[in-house]
Amino acid sequence: MASFVRSEPVILLLFLQICLSLLSPSLAISSGSSGNGYAINGRVKIPGINAKGLGGHGKISNVKVILNGGQHVTFLRPDGYFSFHDVPAGTHLMEVDAIGYFFSPVRVDVSARFPGKVQATLTEKRRSLSEMVLEPLKEEQYYEIREPFSVMSVVKSPMGLMMGFMVLVMFVMPKLMENMDPEEMKRAQEEMRNQGVPSLASILPGAARSN
Amino acid sequence: MAMAIRSFLIFLFIVSLTVPTFSLHEDQVGLMDWHQKYIGKVKHAVFQTQKTGRKRVLVSTEENVIASLDLRHGEIFWRHVLGANDAIDGIDTAMTKYAITLSSGGSILRAWNLPDGQMVWECFLQGPSDSKSLLFVPTSSKVDKDNTILVFGKGSLHAVSSIHGEIVWKIDFPSESFEVQEVIQHHDGNTIYVVGFVGSSQFDVYQINAKNGELLKHNSAAIDGGFSGEVSLVSTAKLVVLDAARSTLLTISFQRGEISFQKTYISDLVEDFSGMAVILPSKLTGLFAVKTSTATAFISVSSEGKLEVVDKVMHATFISNALSISEDQQAFALVWHGDNEIHLNVKQIHDWNSDLLKERIKLDQQRGLVHKVFINNYVRTDKSHGFRALIVMEDHSLLLLQQGKVVWSREDGLASIIGVTVSELPVEKEGVSVAKVELNLFEWLKGHMLKVKGSLMLASAEDVAAIQGMRLKSSEKSKMIRDHNGFRKLLIVLTKSGKLFALHTGDGQIVWSLLLNSLRQTEACENPTGINVFQWQVPHHHAMDENPSVLVVGRCGTGTDALGIFSYIDTYTGKELKYFGLDHSVAQVIPLPLTDSTEQRLHLLIDANGQAHLYPRAPEAVSIFQRELSNIYWYSVEADKGLIKGHGLKSNCAGEVADNYCFGTREVWSIVFPSESEKIISTVTRKSNEVVHTQAKVIADQDVMYKYISKNLLFVATVSPKASGDIGSATPGESQLVVYVVDTVTGRILHRMTHQGSQGPVHAVFSENWIVYHYFNLRAHRYEMTVIEIYDQSRADNKDVLKLVLGKHNLSSPISSYSRPEVTTKSQSYYFTHSIKAIAVTSTAKGITSRHLLIGTIGDQVLAMDKRFFDPRRSVNPTQSEKEEGILPLTDSLPIIPQSYVTHSLKVEGLRGIVTVPAKLESNTLVFTYGVDLFFTRLAPSRTYDSLTEDFSYALLLITIVALVVAIFVTWVLSEKKDLSDKWR
Repeated sequence: MASFVRSEPVILLLFLQICLSLLSPSLAISSGSSGNGYAINGRVKIPGINAKGLGGHGKISNVKVILNGGQHVTFLRPDGYFSFHDVPAGTHLMEVDAIGYFFSPVRVDVSARFPGKVQATLTEKRRSLSEMVLEPLKEEQYYEIREPFSVMSVVKSPMGLMMGFMVLVMFVMPKLMENMDPEEMKRAQEEMRNQGVPSLASILPGAARSN
Repeated sequence: MAMAIRSFLIFLFIVSLTVPTFSLHEDQVGLMDWHQKYIGKVKHAVFQTQKTGRKRVLVSTEENVIASLDLRHGEIFWRHVLGANDAIDGIDTAMTKYAITLSSGGSILRAWNLPDGQMVWECFLQGPSDSKSLLFVPTSSKVDKDNTILVFGKGSLHAVSSIHGEIVWKIDFPSESFEVQEVIQHHDGNTIYVVGFVGSSQFDVYQINAKNGELLKHNSAAIDGGFSGEVSLVSTAKLVVLDAARSTLLTISFQRGEISFQKTYISDLVEDFSGMAVILPSKLTGLFAVKTSTATAFISVSSEGKLEVVDKVMHATFISNALSISEDQQAFALVWHGDNEIHLNVKQIHDWNSDLLKERIKLDQQRGLVHKVFINNYVRTDKSHGFRALIVMEDHSLLLLQQGKVVWSREDGLASIIGVTVSELPVEKEGVSVAKVELNLFEWLKGHMLKVKGSLMLASAEDVAAIQGMRLKSSEKSKMIRDHNGFRKLLIVLTKSGKLFALHTGDGQIVWSLLLNSLRQTEACENPTGINVFQWQVPHHHAMDENPSVLVVGRCGTGTDALGIFSYIDTYTGKELKYFGLDHSVAQVIPLPLTDSTEQRLHLLIDANGQAHLYPRAPEAVSIFQRELSNIYWYSVEADKGLIKGHGLKSNCAGEVADNYCFGTREVWSIVFPSESEKIISTVTRKSNEVVHTQAKVIADQDVMYKYISKNLLFVATVSPKASGDIGSATPGESQLVVYVVDTVTGRILHRMTHQGSQGPVHAVFSENWIVYHYFNLRAHRYEMTVIEIYDQSRADNKDVLKLVLGKHNLSSPISSYSRPEVTTKSQSYYFTHSIKAIAVTSTAKGITSRHLLIGTIGDQVLAMDKRFFDPRRSVNPTQSEKEEGILPLTDSLPIIPQSYVTHSLKVEGLRGIVTVPAKLESNTLVFTYGVDLFFTRLAPSRTYDSLTEDFSYALLLITIVALVVAIFVTWVLSEKKDLSDKWR
């Protein structure tokens, strides 16, 4: 069983390089071929968020990066870097799940011809990225903000309208009555007496037809 | 008639004026919704009690969750849900500050910061082949020294630095069939032993230098008689294994790489041994346990390899991990059941007769048996050792035992729900007074004044807190009786462990829980699994005195040909009324729209041989069923064969024994999809209990369209076989998505549409006359959603409202499922940003309220989208009349409004399903979302048009009325005065 000792230093080196490359912040888009797949490395940058979660909504530790609708899920390192491994060549879809932020999904092309070349495009904006640095398009506000107190909001409310109408009736109606011709007034009063209370049917013109 | 139509039109118009969103104010959180966090069944646990800070326990679960729990209360400090394909193989802690997880079959190693759960590093391990994976963190006395973590995975052994996650060295094991059993570190810390088997009769030991990964020695030895399964490591150079016949114990010693065997017959140790034995998995120095058919024997191993039985217990016993309590002392826990109690013993390994702890703890019977035990010790004030035990029960719950009590318990079975149904609560009985504390008028008014202040933004911070407290405290929502609006119900959920829970919709409390006897492991039924839960008896008209009950259907095993299990549960008392095993398999369960005189719903069970069995087994049920025999049709989907079949019923089955409740079936139609170009990936049908208010749809310019509403429609989506994998595996050219709408009675295809360059996964929802489905467009590389609406052309002439009113129409002509419908379809597609996990549609009591789609996004949130966004008549520039009708201008992508996330700022981790239940109040619908977490809320898709909102301020109304009355009096007095002065003039 001496054949066991042929642990190939090349592969070993490659592995070392992969693990190292994950840590080196200078390489934004980098990839190494390992086995049959490639690596996608990138960074999520959220302004005002830090590892302690003091700014914004959540913590950076709760941000997930999802490849191909859940095929691979990974998390961010404290500096925001992430990586996927063993990704076959082809066109993939990457999404960032961070509560409170809206991220565009990213189209990721992993080239088979130039092993490990990775190209990224924001699908919402149709904008290609020169480096894989993903930033939120906007913050998401899940709650309605309460309108500050204003006189208008009181007036607009049903009660306000009721009050307003009452005031209108109080001040405007007497003016109208004053302007009315006394004879016309009398006629109207007589009419009212003859007819009694107007029925609902006579108000709705269409109802007669259906009867 | 005309009045009704008119008022309905007016109503529709009013409704259509606004696009309602479920906007919620931040202070309204928790009023109508509740959220519960779970983790799932615990696989591994590591205690964190060394430091003086907060005591924690790190756990990994079968739901791929890693979490840090508070040992005092069992709350979650932090939690991460890994991907669905990322099962956790092992956890440990390193350097007392990192939690290490090994997942994805030993290929991903991650380190998490223990205090806050931030991922620190991640390392990808690769090797030649798939293998068992082991995580081994060598213990080191020096804390800050860079420990290396040893990981066996993918057929290689890796040493990974625990500070940065770099691979220090790696060794591939060349033999394809080498199956690793243990990775052992030698006392001096410089040598590592890797032991394992090749095939079933060769034992291999590899001796490796821990510093550089150099292979020092490799020995192998063949064992005649072979071996099976479990291995128990009894010292750093000795392990015990059973032979292939499971009757002989082999003690294998590999001191310094030299292998020697020793055989001991179990019958020599255990007197009445017969049959097969099993080694219980444990890692205790010098001790192991063998379970035979009659007893569990504890056998000690001396340093010379001599085996000796130290104790024999007659009951099923569970052993914990070993725990070092001092330099040379190790303890472990034994747990067994007896007399409705569980017995917890902590013993020292080398001194069997000394009990460090002996406790009996009374436990809820509904928790079943103990599945796992983890122990931990603490030093009491008198310097003696105290022990706490974390136990995982049969119902997947997690309990912490300390000082003879259950300190806390977590119902983590709720993380794996497989079926949901609802039950009404009991009605308020006469004489039963409602336990409600009536407030006096002053307090009532004060409360409402506070609310007014709150709504006018005049409230101070204290007032806001008071309002919030008042709202949350309102006992209204968690009462145990039915309410007028139908908001209070019981959610009956069936979990993977075979436990049924009843959750109150008001606050999510567990009203009762029941570990189903029918779904517990027995000799007759080795591996029972639940299929689903159905409503069995919903008393309302005839059988008011009966309690409602639900039906749980399961099967003994995982295959569809396993025998079925039936169980009825009373939903008020939470008792299993009756259960029995079936003499046939269960392939499909069809609740029929028929009930017997006691309101028991008739169910048809189709077995794997294509025979139909009717339940309940009562003559009355058969007589009801016989009348409808010729009208019952169903379909079956065989996705792997690309086949959809329609079935009907024949007379009773031809069997040796006459069975009145068994019916033969006939194949009515079948659709075969060509296997080289189409593969079925999704089928969706309408919910059988959905209510549709009107068939007519009034569109602009007073025109009417008739929805084609049939319960017998099936939506089928197929993709080309190459594109059936994940995104990224196919190119646009070789993938296409074809969707069909099939009539399940006649097998007629009503609609077919091809999406070139698109692929699955397809998530679809079918409601009324429309289908909305979600798929991936490879050409645009974006998700798309398409709506299909089906309209009945044969009724298109009935446009004149006057004719309709006067009865000159063909609406009353019978609708038959056999007739060939003239249908037209309208369809439109839109881009959608996110991947989705689940999709559902709101359902209301009468179906009048407009519908909203509930979309469970990849971010584990639930987004509500008005159906009007999915209207195929949307156009870029809608005409004035179309605008009045409420048609929105066409946009290429669907807008995502953050305020319409019904889960607001919460996440339903691991989201799997969304269930909507109508409330009694037409405008409201109840939404239950489940995954690892549970979330419940109440929605009003068209706002609450039929009731006052909770925000409604009665005080303001009262004040207004008072003001009006005062104003009336003042004006009356004023006018009197004016009259008087006029008369005096």
